[in-house]
Amino acid sequence: MSHHRGFYLLTFVAVVLPLAFPDNYFVTVVGVTAALHAILAVSLNLLMGYAGQISLGHAGFFGIGAYVSAILTTRYGWNPWPAIIAGLGLTCVIAFTLARPILRLKGHYLAMATLGLGIIINIVLVQAGDFTGGPDGLGEIPTLSLFGWQVDSDLRWYIVIVSVLLLVVWLALNIINSRSGRALRALHGSEVAAEMMGINTTATKTGVFVLAAMIASMAGSLFAYQQAFVSPDSFSFFFSIELVTMVVLGGMASTYGAIMGAIILTFLPEFLVVFEDFEVMIFGAILMLMMIFLPQGLFVGLRNLLRRIVAGRRSAAEAAEPEESGRDAA
Amino acid sequence: MTLLKVSGLSKSFGGVTAISDLDFEVPRDQVYSVIGPNGAGKTTLFNMLSGIYRPDEGKIRFLDNEIVGRQPHKVAELGVSRTFQNLQMFFNMSVLDNVKVGCHLRTKSRLWNTALRLPGTRREERQAELWARESLHFCDLEQYLQRDAGALPYGVLKRLEIARALAAAPQLLLMDEPAAGLNDTETKQMRRLIRRISEAGITVLLVEHNMGLVMEVSDRILVIDYGSRLAEGSPAEIQNNPRVIEAYLGGEVEYAV
Repeated sequence: MSHHRGFYLLTFVAVVLPLAFPDNYFVTVVGVTAALHAILAVSLNLLMGYAGQISLGHAGFFGIGAYVSAILTTRYGWNPWPAIIAGLGLTCVIAFTLARPILRLKGHYLAMATLGLGIIINIVLVQAGDFTGGPDGLGEIPTLSLFGWQVDSDLRWYIVIVSVLLLVVWLALNIINSRSGRALRALHGSEVAAEMMGINTTATKTGVFVLAAMIASMAGSLFAYQQAFVSPDSFSFFFSIELVTMVVLGGMASTYGAIMGAIILTFLPEFLVVFEDFEVMIFGAILMLMMIFLPQGLFVGLRNLLRRIVAGRRSAAEAAEPEESGRDAA
Repeated sequence: MTLLKVSGLSKSFGGVTAISDLDFEVPRDQVYSVIGPNGAGKTTLFNMLSGIYRPDEGKIRFLDNEIVGRQPHKVAELGVSRTFQNLQMFFNMSVLDNVKVGCHLRTKSRLWNTALRLPGTRREERQAELWARESLHFCDLEQYLQRDAGALPYGVLKRLEIARALAAAPQLLLMDEPAAGLNDTETKQMRRLIRRISEAGITVLLVEHNMGLVMEVSDRILVIDYGSRLAEGSPAEIQNNPRVIEAYLGGEVEYAV
Protein backbone atom coordinates (compact mmCIF):
# COMPACT_ATOMS: atom_id res chain seq x y z
CA MET A 1 0.00 0.00 0.00
CA SER A 2 1.37 3.36 -0.99
CA HIS A 3 0.46 5.03 2.31
CA HIS A 4 3.28 3.14 3.96
CA ARG A 5 5.91 5.00 1.95
CA GLY A 6 5.27 8.11 3.99
CA PHE A 7 5.38 6.06 7.17
CA TYR A 8 8.79 4.57 6.32
CA LEU A 9 10.10 8.02 5.53
CA LEU A 10 8.83 9.33 8.86
CA THR A 11 10.43 6.41 10.70
CA PHE A 12 13.69 6.98 8.86
CA VAL A 13 13.78 10.66 9.79
CA ALA A 14 12.89 9.86 13.40
CA VAL A 15 15.78 7.40 13.65
CA VAL A 16 18.37 9.45 11.78
CA LEU A 17 17.79 12.76 13.56
CA PRO A 18 19.13 11.79 17.00
CA LEU A 19 21.98 9.84 15.39
CA ALA A 20 23.02 12.84 13.34
CA PHE A 21 22.49 15.38 16.12
CA PRO A 22 22.92 13.65 19.48
CA ASP A 23 22.29 15.87 22.47
CA ASN A 24 20.93 18.58 20.24
CA TYR A 25 18.44 20.71 22.17
CA PHE A 26 16.10 20.94 19.21
CA VAL A 27 16.03 17.20 18.64
CA THR A 28 15.88 15.62 22.06
CA VAL A 29 14.15 18.38 24.01
CA VAL A 30 11.90 20.40 21.71
CA GLY A 31 11.66 17.36 19.44
CA VAL A 32 10.16 15.28 22.23
CA THR A 33 7.55 17.94 22.96
CA ALA A 34 6.79 18.15 19.24
CA ALA A 35 6.37 14.37 19.08
CA LEU A 36 4.03 14.46 22.07
CA HIS A 37 2.01 17.21 20.41
CA ALA A 38 2.01 15.21 17.20
CA ILE A 39 0.46 12.24 19.01
CA LEU A 40 -2.31 14.53 20.24
CA ALA A 41 -2.77 16.19 16.86
CA VAL A 42 -2.96 12.87 15.01
CA SER A 43 -5.60 11.59 17.43
CA LEU A 44 -7.59 14.82 17.26
CA ASN A 45 -7.35 14.70 13.48
CA LEU A 46 -9.08 11.31 13.40
CA LEU A 47 -12.01 12.90 15.16
CA MET A 48 -11.93 16.35 13.58
CA GLY A 49 -10.28 15.99 10.19
CA TYR A 50 -11.71 12.66 9.17
CA ALA A 51 -15.00 12.25 11.04
CA GLY A 52 -15.72 15.99 10.97
CA GLN A 53 -16.54 16.18 14.68
CA ILE A 54 -14.80 19.17 16.20
CA SER A 55 -13.51 18.92 19.75
CA LEU A 56 -12.35 21.94 21.74
CA GLY A 57 -11.77 19.81 24.82
CA HIS A 58 -9.06 17.42 23.71
CA ALA A 59 -6.62 18.75 26.30
CA GLY A 60 -9.06 17.53 28.95
CA PHE A 61 -8.40 13.87 28.10
CA PHE A 62 -4.69 14.62 27.90
CA GLY A 63 -5.07 15.98 31.45
CA ILE A 64 -6.99 12.96 32.73
CA GLY A 65 -4.21 10.61 31.59
CA ALA A 66 -1.53 12.84 33.11
CA TYR A 67 -3.29 13.26 36.44
CA VAL A 68 -4.37 9.63 36.87
CA SER A 69 -0.76 8.59 36.33
CA ALA A 70 0.60 11.35 38.57
CA ILE A 71 -1.83 10.67 41.42
CA LEU A 72 -1.57 6.89 41.38
CA THR A 73 2.23 6.86 41.28
CA THR A 74 2.90 9.62 43.82
CA ARG A 75 0.05 9.18 46.31
CA TYR A 76 -0.58 5.44 46.07
CA GLY A 77 2.82 4.18 45.04
CA TRP A 78 1.62 2.46 41.87
CA ASN A 79 4.03 1.30 39.23
CA PRO A 80 3.89 3.76 36.29
CA TRP A 81 2.74 1.14 33.76
CA PRO A 82 -0.52 0.04 35.41
CA ALA A 83 -1.13 3.73 36.14
CA ILE A 84 -1.13 4.37 32.38
CA ILE A 85 -3.67 1.57 31.94
CA ALA A 86 -5.81 3.03 34.75
CA GLY A 87 -5.72 6.41 32.98
CA LEU A 88 -6.79 4.77 29.73
CA GLY A 89 -9.60 2.97 31.56
CA LEU A 90 -10.96 6.09 33.22
CA THR A 91 -10.70 8.04 29.97
CA CYS A 92 -12.52 5.27 28.12
CA VAL A 93 -15.39 5.29 30.63
CA ILE A 94 -15.71 9.09 30.64
CA ALA A 95 -15.42 9.43 26.86
CA PHE A 96 -17.88 6.62 26.25
CA THR A 97 -20.44 8.01 28.68
CA LEU A 98 -20.21 11.52 27.27
CA ALA A 99 -19.99 10.57 23.60
CA ARG A 100 -23.68 9.91 23.07
CA PRO A 101 -25.16 13.14 24.41
CA ILE A 102 -22.29 15.26 23.07
CA LEU A 103 -21.94 13.84 19.57
CA ARG A 104 -25.66 14.20 19.00
CA LEU A 105 -24.85 17.88 18.58
CA LYS A 106 -23.57 19.41 15.38
CA GLY A 107 -21.43 22.36 14.33
CA HIS A 108 -21.18 25.20 16.81
CA TYR A 109 -23.17 23.31 19.43
CA LEU A 110 -20.72 20.42 19.39
CA ALA A 111 -17.84 22.91 19.63
CA MET A 112 -19.48 24.56 22.66
CA ALA A 113 -20.21 21.25 24.40
CA THR A 114 -16.65 19.93 23.98
CA LEU A 115 -15.31 23.31 25.04
CA GLY A 116 -17.39 23.04 28.21
CA LEU A 117 -16.13 19.52 28.78
CA GLY A 118 -12.51 20.64 28.57
CA ILE A 119 -13.11 23.53 30.92
CA ILE A 120 -14.93 21.33 33.45
CA ILE A 121 -12.06 18.83 33.49
CA ASN A 122 -9.65 21.71 34.04
CA ILE A 123 -11.73 23.13 36.87
CA VAL A 124 -11.82 19.71 38.56
CA LEU A 125 -8.03 19.52 38.33
CA VAL A 126 -7.73 22.92 40.00
CA GLN A 127 -10.44 22.43 42.64
CA ALA A 128 -9.85 18.85 43.75
CA GLY A 129 -6.75 20.01 45.56
CA ASP A 130 -6.56 17.09 47.96
CA PHE A 131 -5.94 14.77 45.08
CA THR A 132 -4.52 16.92 42.36
CA GLY A 133 -2.50 19.42 44.36
CA GLY A 134 -4.73 22.20 43.04
CA PRO A 135 -3.18 25.03 41.02
CA ASP A 136 0.30 24.18 42.36
CA GLY A 137 0.20 20.80 40.67
CA LEU A 138 1.91 17.56 41.59
CA GLY A 139 5.65 16.93 41.56
CA GLU A 140 8.12 14.12 42.05
CA ILE A 141 6.38 11.82 39.64
CA PRO A 142 8.57 8.74 39.05
CA THR A 143 9.81 7.98 35.58
CA LEU A 144 9.11 4.95 33.44
CA SER A 145 11.35 1.95 33.38
CA LEU A 146 11.33 -0.96 31.00
CA PHE A 147 12.93 -4.16 32.29
CA GLY A 148 15.39 -2.12 34.35
CA TRP A 149 15.99 0.37 31.52
CA GLN A 150 15.28 3.71 33.21
CA VAL A 151 13.85 6.38 30.93
CA ASP A 152 15.90 9.12 32.56
CA SER A 153 17.64 11.07 29.82
CA ASP A 154 16.45 13.33 27.02
CA LEU A 155 17.55 10.82 24.43
CA ARG A 156 15.72 7.96 26.13
CA TRP A 157 12.55 10.01 26.31
CA TYR A 158 12.98 10.76 22.64
CA ILE A 159 13.11 7.03 21.93
CA VAL A 160 9.99 6.28 24.00
CA ILE A 161 7.77 9.12 22.83
CA VAL A 162 8.78 8.95 19.19
CA SER A 163 8.13 5.18 19.26
CA VAL A 164 4.65 5.82 20.61
CA LEU A 165 4.13 8.48 17.95
CA LEU A 166 5.11 6.05 15.21
CA LEU A 167 2.75 3.45 16.67
CA VAL A 168 -0.11 5.96 16.79
CA VAL A 169 0.59 7.10 13.22
CA TRP A 170 0.61 3.48 12.08
CA LEU A 171 -2.74 2.83 13.78
CA ALA A 172 -4.21 6.01 12.30
CA LEU A 173 -3.02 5.22 8.76
CA ASN A 174 -4.40 1.70 9.02
CA ILE A 175 -7.77 2.99 10.15
CA ILE A 176 -8.01 5.70 7.52
CA ASN A 177 -7.43 3.36 4.60
CA SER A 178 -9.94 0.79 5.76
CA ARG A 179 -13.63 0.15 6.14
CA SER A 180 -13.69 2.07 9.44
CA GLY A 181 -11.80 5.00 7.97
CA ARG A 182 -14.19 5.22 5.06
CA ALA A 183 -17.07 5.16 7.53
CA LEU A 184 -15.51 8.13 9.34
CA ARG A 185 -15.04 10.11 6.16
CA ALA A 186 -18.50 9.17 4.92
CA LEU A 187 -19.95 10.49 8.15
CA HIS A 188 -18.15 13.76 7.46
CA GLY A 189 -19.34 13.85 3.85
CA SER A 190 -23.04 13.14 4.41
CA GLU A 191 -24.45 11.69 7.58
CA VAL A 192 -27.73 10.66 6.01
CA ALA A 193 -26.03 8.89 3.10
CA ALA A 194 -23.64 7.17 5.50
CA GLU A 195 -26.60 5.85 7.51
CA MET A 196 -28.27 4.69 4.32
CA MET A 197 -25.16 2.72 3.39
CA GLY A 198 -25.58 0.85 6.67
CA ILE A 199 -23.12 2.81 8.79
CA ASN A 200 -24.24 3.14 12.39
CA THR A 201 -23.25 6.79 12.64
CA THR A 202 -23.81 7.02 16.41
CA ALA A 203 -21.59 4.03 17.12
CA THR A 204 -18.96 5.23 14.64
CA LYS A 205 -18.80 8.69 16.23
CA THR A 206 -18.61 7.15 19.69
CA GLY A 207 -15.85 4.79 18.62
CA VAL A 208 -13.62 7.48 17.15
CA PHE A 209 -14.29 9.84 20.07
CA VAL A 210 -13.25 7.17 22.59
CA LEU A 211 -10.22 6.17 20.53
CA ALA A 212 -9.01 9.77 20.18
CA ALA A 213 -9.57 10.39 23.90
CA MET A 214 -7.62 7.27 24.86
CA ILE A 215 -4.67 8.20 22.67
CA ALA A 216 -4.69 11.64 24.32
CA SER A 217 -4.80 10.02 27.75
CA MET A 218 -1.82 7.84 26.86
CA ALA A 219 0.08 10.94 25.76
CA GLY A 220 -0.89 12.61 29.04
CA SER A 221 0.56 9.78 31.12
CA LEU A 222 3.83 9.92 29.18
CA PHE A 223 3.90 13.68 29.58
CA ALA A 224 3.51 13.35 33.37
CA TYR A 225 6.39 10.88 33.66
CA GLN A 226 8.59 12.85 31.31
CA GLN A 227 8.06 16.18 33.10
CA ALA A 228 7.95 14.58 36.57
CA PHE A 229 5.51 17.40 37.34
CA VAL A 230 1.96 18.27 36.27
CA SER A 231 -0.13 21.39 36.83
CA PRO A 232 -3.55 22.33 35.46
CA ASP A 233 -2.03 24.99 33.18
CA SER A 234 -0.78 22.33 30.79
CA PHE A 235 -4.33 21.10 30.17
CA SER A 236 -6.19 24.35 29.79
CA PHE A 237 -8.66 25.46 27.17
CA PHE A 238 -5.81 27.29 25.41
CA PHE A 239 -3.95 24.06 24.85
CA SER A 240 -7.08 22.53 23.29
CA ILE A 241 -7.19 25.47 20.90
CA GLU A 242 -3.51 25.01 20.12
CA LEU A 243 -4.19 21.39 19.22
CA VAL A 244 -7.04 22.38 16.92
CA THR A 245 -4.73 24.95 15.33
CA MET A 246 -2.10 22.26 14.71
CA VAL A 247 -4.63 20.13 12.87
CA VAL A 248 -5.95 23.03 10.82
CA LEU A 249 -2.47 24.40 10.08
CA GLY A 250 -1.12 21.09 8.80
CA GLY A 251 -4.29 20.24 6.98
CA MET A 252 -7.54 18.60 8.07
CA ALA A 253 -7.90 14.95 7.16
CA SER A 254 -4.18 14.46 6.67
CA THR A 255 -2.21 12.49 9.24
CA TYR A 256 1.13 13.81 8.04
CA GLY A 257 -0.39 17.28 7.98
CA ALA A 258 -1.29 16.97 11.67
CA ILE A 259 2.30 15.96 12.47
CA MET A 260 3.59 18.89 10.45
CA GLY A 261 1.23 21.27 12.24
CA ALA A 262 2.38 19.94 15.63
CA ILE A 263 6.05 20.33 14.72
CA ILE A 264 5.62 23.86 13.40
CA LEU A 265 3.58 25.09 16.35
CA THR A 266 6.06 23.55 18.79
CA PHE A 267 9.17 24.96 17.15
CA LEU A 268 7.79 28.34 16.19
CA PRO A 269 7.90 29.81 19.73
CA GLU A 270 11.54 28.65 20.04
CA PHE A 271 12.51 30.74 17.05
CA LEU A 272 10.27 33.64 17.88
CA VAL A 273 11.91 34.08 21.26
CA VAL A 274 14.06 36.89 19.85
CA PHE A 275 10.92 38.86 19.11
CA GLU A 276 9.74 38.43 22.70
CA ASP A 277 6.54 40.41 23.04
CA PHE A 278 5.77 40.22 19.36
CA GLU A 279 5.72 36.46 19.40
CA VAL A 280 1.95 36.17 19.68
CA MET A 281 1.43 38.77 16.97
CA ILE A 282 3.70 36.99 14.52
CA PHE A 283 2.02 33.75 15.41
CA GLY A 284 -1.40 35.21 14.66
CA ALA A 285 -0.22 36.77 11.42
CA ILE A 286 1.13 33.45 10.20
CA LEU A 287 -2.18 31.78 10.98
CA MET A 288 -4.14 34.48 9.17
CA LEU A 289 -1.95 34.21 6.08
CA MET A 290 -2.37 30.44 6.18
CA MET A 291 -6.13 30.64 6.31
CA ILE A 292 -6.22 33.09 3.42
CA PHE A 293 -3.71 31.47 1.08
CA LEU A 294 -3.65 27.79 2.05
CA PRO A 295 -6.99 27.02 3.68
CA GLN A 296 -6.58 23.29 3.07
CA GLY A 297 -3.50 23.34 5.27
CA LEU A 298 0.24 23.40 4.71
CA PHE A 299 0.75 19.72 4.01
CA VAL A 300 -2.06 19.28 1.50
CA GLY A 301 -1.40 22.71 0.00
CA LEU A 302 2.29 22.06 -0.56
CA ARG A 303 1.63 18.55 -1.84
CA ASN A 304 -0.86 19.81 -4.40
CA LEU A 305 1.57 22.55 -5.44
CA LEU A 306 4.31 19.95 -5.94
CA ARG A 307 1.95 17.74 -7.90
CA ARG A 308 1.01 20.61 -10.15
CA ILE A 309 4.66 21.40 -10.83
CA VAL A 310 5.44 17.75 -11.54
CA ALA A 311 2.34 17.38 -13.71
CA GLY A 312 3.20 20.61 -15.54
CA ARG A 313 6.69 19.35 -16.37
CA ARG A 314 5.36 16.02 -17.46
CA SER A 315 2.65 17.42 -19.70
CA ALA A 316 5.24 19.69 -21.28
CA ALA A 317 7.33 16.65 -22.08
CA GLU A 318 4.63 14.26 -23.23
CA ALA A 319 1.53 16.12 -24.15
CA ALA A 320 -1.04 13.33 -24.03
CA GLU A 321 0.06 11.74 -20.75
CA PRO A 322 -2.84 11.79 -18.26
CA GLU A 323 -2.32 13.32 -14.85
CA GLU A 324 -0.90 11.18 -12.10
CA SER A 325 -3.60 9.40 -10.13
CA GLY A 326 -2.99 7.05 -7.20
CA ARG A 327 -4.45 9.43 -4.70
CA ASP A 328 -4.31 8.17 -1.15
CA ALA A 329 -6.05 9.58 1.86
CA ALA A 330 -3.08 9.73 4.18
CA MET B 1 -44.59 -12.08 -4.84
CA THR B 2 -44.73 -8.93 -2.76
CA LEU B 3 -41.43 -7.44 -1.66
CA LEU B 4 -42.70 -4.28 0.00
CA LYS B 5 -46.15 -3.76 1.49
CA VAL B 6 -47.19 -0.35 2.75
CA SER B 7 -50.45 -0.09 4.66
CA GLY B 8 -52.28 2.80 6.29
CA LEU B 9 -49.21 5.02 6.15
CA SER B 10 -49.65 8.58 7.45
CA LYS B 11 -47.29 11.40 8.26
CA SER B 12 -47.86 15.04 8.99
CA PHE B 13 -45.54 17.86 9.90
CA GLY B 14 -47.03 20.29 12.40
CA GLY B 15 -50.56 19.97 11.06
CA VAL B 16 -49.57 19.78 7.39
CA THR B 17 -50.42 16.35 6.07
CA ALA B 18 -47.68 14.96 3.86
CA ILE B 19 -48.93 11.39 3.52
CA SER B 20 -52.34 10.19 4.57
CA ASP B 21 -53.54 6.61 4.82
CA LEU B 22 -51.50 5.34 1.89
CA ASP B 23 -51.57 1.69 0.82
CA PHE B 24 -49.58 0.00 -1.93
CA GLU B 25 -47.62 -3.12 -2.69
CA VAL B 26 -44.42 -3.43 -4.67
CA PRO B 27 -44.02 -6.81 -6.37
CA ARG B 28 -40.57 -8.32 -6.53
CA ASP B 29 -38.40 -7.80 -9.65
CA GLN B 30 -40.42 -4.92 -10.98
CA VAL B 31 -39.84 -1.26 -11.60
CA TYR B 32 -42.50 0.46 -9.54
CA SER B 33 -42.83 4.21 -9.92
CA VAL B 34 -44.41 6.77 -7.68
CA ILE B 35 -45.44 9.97 -9.43
CA GLY B 36 -47.36 13.03 -8.39
CA PRO B 37 -47.14 16.82 -8.43
CA ASN B 38 -44.47 18.64 -6.43
CA GLY B 39 -45.27 18.51 -2.74
CA ALA B 40 -47.41 15.38 -3.14
CA GLY B 41 -45.34 13.64 -0.47
CA LYS B 42 -43.05 11.49 -2.58
CA THR B 43 -39.81 12.32 -0.79
CA THR B 44 -41.55 12.07 2.59
CA LEU B 45 -42.64 8.59 1.54
CA PHE B 46 -39.06 7.68 0.62
CA ASN B 47 -37.77 9.00 3.91
CA MET B 48 -40.22 6.78 5.77
CA LEU B 49 -39.37 3.76 3.65
CA SER B 50 -35.69 4.24 4.45
CA GLY B 51 -36.20 4.84 8.16
CA ILE B 52 -35.22 8.51 8.21
CA TYR B 53 -38.74 9.60 9.23
CA ARG B 54 -40.96 7.66 11.51
CA PRO B 55 -44.55 7.55 10.25
CA ASP B 56 -47.36 8.72 12.54
CA GLU B 57 -49.35 5.65 11.63
CA GLY B 58 -49.16 2.64 9.39
CA LYS B 59 -46.95 -0.27 8.60
CA ILE B 60 -44.14 -0.82 6.11
CA ARG B 61 -43.48 -4.49 5.60
CA PHE B 62 -40.31 -5.51 3.74
CA LEU B 63 -40.38 -9.28 3.19
CA ASP B 64 -40.92 -10.51 6.75
CA ASN B 65 -39.56 -7.44 8.50
CA GLU B 66 -41.18 -4.26 9.73
CA ILE B 67 -39.32 -1.12 8.65
CA VAL B 68 -41.16 1.30 10.93
CA GLY B 69 -39.12 1.85 14.08
CA ARG B 70 -35.81 0.88 12.56
CA GLN B 71 -32.96 3.35 12.15
CA PRO B 72 -31.78 3.90 8.55
CA HIS B 73 -28.69 1.73 8.96
CA LYS B 74 -30.91 -1.08 10.24
CA VAL B 75 -33.21 -0.67 7.25
CA ALA B 76 -30.15 -0.84 5.00
CA GLU B 77 -29.22 -4.12 6.68
CA LEU B 78 -32.51 -5.60 5.46
CA GLY B 79 -31.44 -4.99 1.87
CA VAL B 80 -32.86 -1.57 1.09
CA SER B 81 -30.63 1.04 -0.49
CA ARG B 82 -31.41 4.43 -1.93
CA THR B 83 -30.25 7.49 -3.83
CA PHE B 84 -31.16 11.05 -2.99
CA GLN B 85 -32.99 13.80 -4.83
CA ASN B 86 -30.37 16.37 -3.89
CA LEU B 87 -27.03 14.61 -4.19
CA GLN B 88 -25.65 13.19 -0.98
CA MET B 89 -22.18 12.29 -2.17
CA PHE B 90 -19.12 11.99 0.02
CA PHE B 91 -17.37 14.87 -1.69
CA ASN B 92 -14.33 14.48 0.54
CA MET B 93 -13.55 11.08 -0.96
CA SER B 94 -12.48 9.54 -4.24
CA VAL B 95 -15.00 7.91 -6.56
CA LEU B 96 -13.72 4.45 -5.66
CA ASP B 97 -13.90 5.14 -1.92
CA ASN B 98 -17.44 6.49 -2.29
CA VAL B 99 -18.53 3.21 -3.79
CA LYS B 100 -16.50 1.19 -1.30
CA VAL B 101 -18.59 2.81 1.44
CA GLY B 102 -21.50 1.12 -0.29
CA CYS B 103 -19.86 -2.21 0.53
CA HIS B 104 -19.97 -1.40 4.23
CA LEU B 105 -22.64 -3.97 5.02
CA ARG B 106 -20.99 -6.70 3.01
CA THR B 107 -17.78 -6.40 5.04
CA LYS B 108 -17.23 -6.76 8.76
CA SER B 109 -13.86 -5.39 9.99
CA ARG B 110 -14.21 -3.36 13.17
CA LEU B 111 -12.30 -0.24 14.19
CA TRP B 112 -9.81 -2.14 16.36
CA ASN B 113 -9.19 -4.86 13.78
CA THR B 114 -8.46 -2.38 11.05
CA ALA B 115 -6.28 -0.25 13.36
CA LEU B 116 -4.10 -3.29 14.07
CA ARG B 117 -4.37 -4.58 10.49
CA LEU B 118 -5.39 -7.98 11.75
CA PRO B 119 -5.42 -10.82 9.24
CA GLY B 120 -8.60 -10.84 7.24
CA THR B 121 -8.91 -7.08 7.03
CA ARG B 122 -6.67 -6.90 4.00
CA ARG B 123 -8.47 -9.72 2.24
CA GLU B 124 -11.75 -8.00 2.97
CA GLU B 125 -10.33 -4.74 1.63
CA ARG B 126 -9.46 -6.43 -1.67
CA GLN B 127 -12.94 -7.94 -1.82
CA ALA B 128 -14.54 -4.54 -1.22
CA GLU B 129 -12.44 -3.05 -4.00
CA LEU B 130 -13.57 -5.81 -6.34
CA TRP B 131 -17.24 -5.23 -5.54
CA ALA B 132 -16.80 -1.48 -5.89
CA ARG B 133 -15.16 -1.86 -9.30
CA GLU B 134 -17.95 -4.17 -10.42
CA SER B 135 -20.52 -1.63 -9.37
CA LEU B 136 -18.66 1.21 -11.11
CA HIS B 137 -18.38 -0.91 -14.24
CA PHE B 138 -22.11 -1.63 -14.09
CA CYS B 139 -22.82 2.11 -14.08
CA ASP B 140 -20.19 2.96 -16.76
CA LEU B 141 -18.09 4.93 -14.33
CA GLU B 142 -14.79 3.08 -14.55
CA GLN B 143 -12.95 5.98 -16.12
CA TYR B 144 -13.59 8.13 -13.04
CA LEU B 145 -12.27 5.56 -10.54
CA GLN B 146 -9.47 7.60 -8.98
CA ARG B 147 -11.04 11.03 -9.35
CA ASP B 148 -12.28 13.06 -6.40
CA ALA B 149 -16.06 13.00 -6.21
CA GLY B 150 -16.05 16.78 -5.76
CA ALA B 151 -14.52 17.28 -9.20
CA LEU B 152 -17.16 15.40 -11.22
CA PRO B 153 -20.00 16.81 -13.32
CA TYR B 154 -23.56 16.51 -12.07
CA GLY B 155 -24.68 13.80 -14.49
CA VAL B 156 -21.80 11.55 -13.46
CA LEU B 157 -22.56 12.13 -9.77
CA LYS B 158 -26.15 11.02 -10.32
CA ARG B 159 -24.83 7.68 -11.60
CA LEU B 160 -22.18 7.53 -8.88
CA GLU B 161 -24.92 7.64 -6.25
CA ILE B 162 -26.51 4.65 -7.93
CA ALA B 163 -23.18 2.80 -8.11
CA ARG B 164 -22.70 3.38 -4.40
CA ALA B 165 -26.19 2.11 -3.60
CA LEU B 166 -25.72 -0.96 -5.81
CA ALA B 167 -22.42 -1.81 -4.11
CA ALA B 168 -24.53 -2.72 -1.09
CA ALA B 169 -26.13 -5.50 -3.16
CA PRO B 170 -29.66 -4.41 -2.18
CA GLN B 171 -32.90 -6.26 -2.89
CA LEU B 172 -34.79 -3.01 -3.16
CA LEU B 173 -33.37 0.20 -4.59
CA LEU B 174 -35.18 3.44 -3.89
CA MET B 175 -34.36 6.03 -6.54
CA ASP B 176 -35.36 9.61 -5.79
CA GLU B 177 -35.51 11.55 -9.06
CA PRO B 178 -32.49 10.00 -10.79
CA ALA B 179 -33.08 11.96 -13.99
CA ALA B 180 -33.64 15.37 -12.42
CA GLY B 181 -31.32 17.89 -14.04
CA LEU B 182 -30.02 15.51 -16.69
CA ASN B 183 -29.89 16.35 -20.39
CA ASP B 184 -31.47 14.13 -23.05
CA THR B 185 -28.41 11.95 -23.61
CA GLU B 186 -27.88 11.47 -19.90
CA THR B 187 -31.56 10.68 -19.42
CA LYS B 188 -31.34 7.98 -22.07
CA GLN B 189 -28.30 6.57 -20.31
CA MET B 190 -30.20 6.63 -17.03
CA ARG B 191 -33.14 4.80 -18.60
CA ARG B 192 -30.84 2.04 -19.80
CA LEU B 193 -29.22 1.87 -16.39
CA ILE B 194 -32.57 1.48 -14.59
CA ARG B 195 -33.47 -1.31 -17.01
CA ARG B 196 -30.17 -3.06 -16.37
CA ILE B 197 -30.67 -2.77 -12.61
CA SER B 198 -34.09 -4.34 -12.94
CA GLU B 199 -32.74 -7.10 -15.18
CA ALA B 200 -30.08 -7.81 -12.55
CA GLY B 201 -32.90 -8.86 -10.23
CA ILE B 202 -33.11 -5.74 -8.10
CA THR B 203 -36.56 -4.34 -7.46
CA VAL B 204 -36.65 -0.61 -8.18
CA LEU B 205 -38.93 1.91 -6.52
CA LEU B 206 -38.69 5.07 -8.56
CA VAL B 207 -39.78 8.64 -7.93
CA GLU B 208 -39.38 10.71 -11.06
CA HIS B 209 -40.86 13.74 -12.81
CA ASN B 210 -39.70 12.88 -16.30
CA MET B 211 -42.87 11.19 -17.58
CA GLY B 212 -41.23 9.83 -20.72
CA LEU B 213 -38.75 7.96 -18.56
CA VAL B 214 -41.38 6.78 -16.07
CA MET B 215 -43.70 5.46 -18.77
CA GLU B 216 -40.89 3.61 -20.48
CA VAL B 217 -39.23 1.88 -17.56
CA SER B 218 -42.10 1.23 -15.16
CA ASP B 219 -44.01 -2.01 -14.76
CA ARG B 220 -46.50 -0.35 -12.44
CA ILE B 221 -47.15 3.24 -11.45
CA LEU B 222 -48.67 4.73 -8.32
CA VAL B 223 -49.99 8.27 -8.59
CA ILE B 224 -50.27 10.23 -5.37
CA ASP B 225 -51.66 13.67 -4.76
CA TYR B 226 -51.86 15.46 -1.43
CA GLY B 227 -50.36 12.40 0.19
CA SER B 228 -53.06 9.95 -0.90
CA ARG B 229 -53.42 7.50 -3.68
CA LEU B 230 -54.98 8.88 -6.84
CA ALA B 231 -54.52 5.85 -9.06
CA GLU B 232 -52.44 2.77 -9.56
CA GLY B 233 -51.82 0.60 -12.60
CA SER B 234 -49.73 -0.13 -15.64
CA PRO B 235 -48.29 2.80 -17.62
CA ALA B 236 -51.04 2.48 -20.22
CA GLU B 237 -53.77 2.51 -17.58
CA ILE B 238 -52.26 5.54 -15.88
CA GLN B 239 -51.95 7.48 -19.12
CA ASN B 240 -55.63 6.93 -19.86
CA ASN B 241 -56.92 7.53 -16.37
CA PRO B 242 -59.03 10.72 -16.50
CA ARG B 243 -58.36 11.60 -12.84
CA VAL B 244 -54.62 11.40 -13.38
CA ILE B 245 -54.82 13.43 -16.54
CA GLU B 246 -56.78 16.11 -14.78
CA ALA B 247 -54.64 16.27 -11.66
CA TYR B 248 -51.22 15.75 -13.01
CA LEU B 249 -50.53 14.90 -16.61
CA GLY B 250 -52.55 17.82 -17.93
CA GLY B 251 -54.98 17.97 -20.83
CA GLU B 252 -53.20 15.82 -23.36
CA VAL B 253 -51.16 12.73 -23.02
CA GLU B 254 -48.14 13.00 -25.24
CA TYR B 255 -45.80 10.65 -23.54
CA ALA B 256 -46.78 7.45 -25.29
CA VAL B 257 -43.92 5.01 -25.64
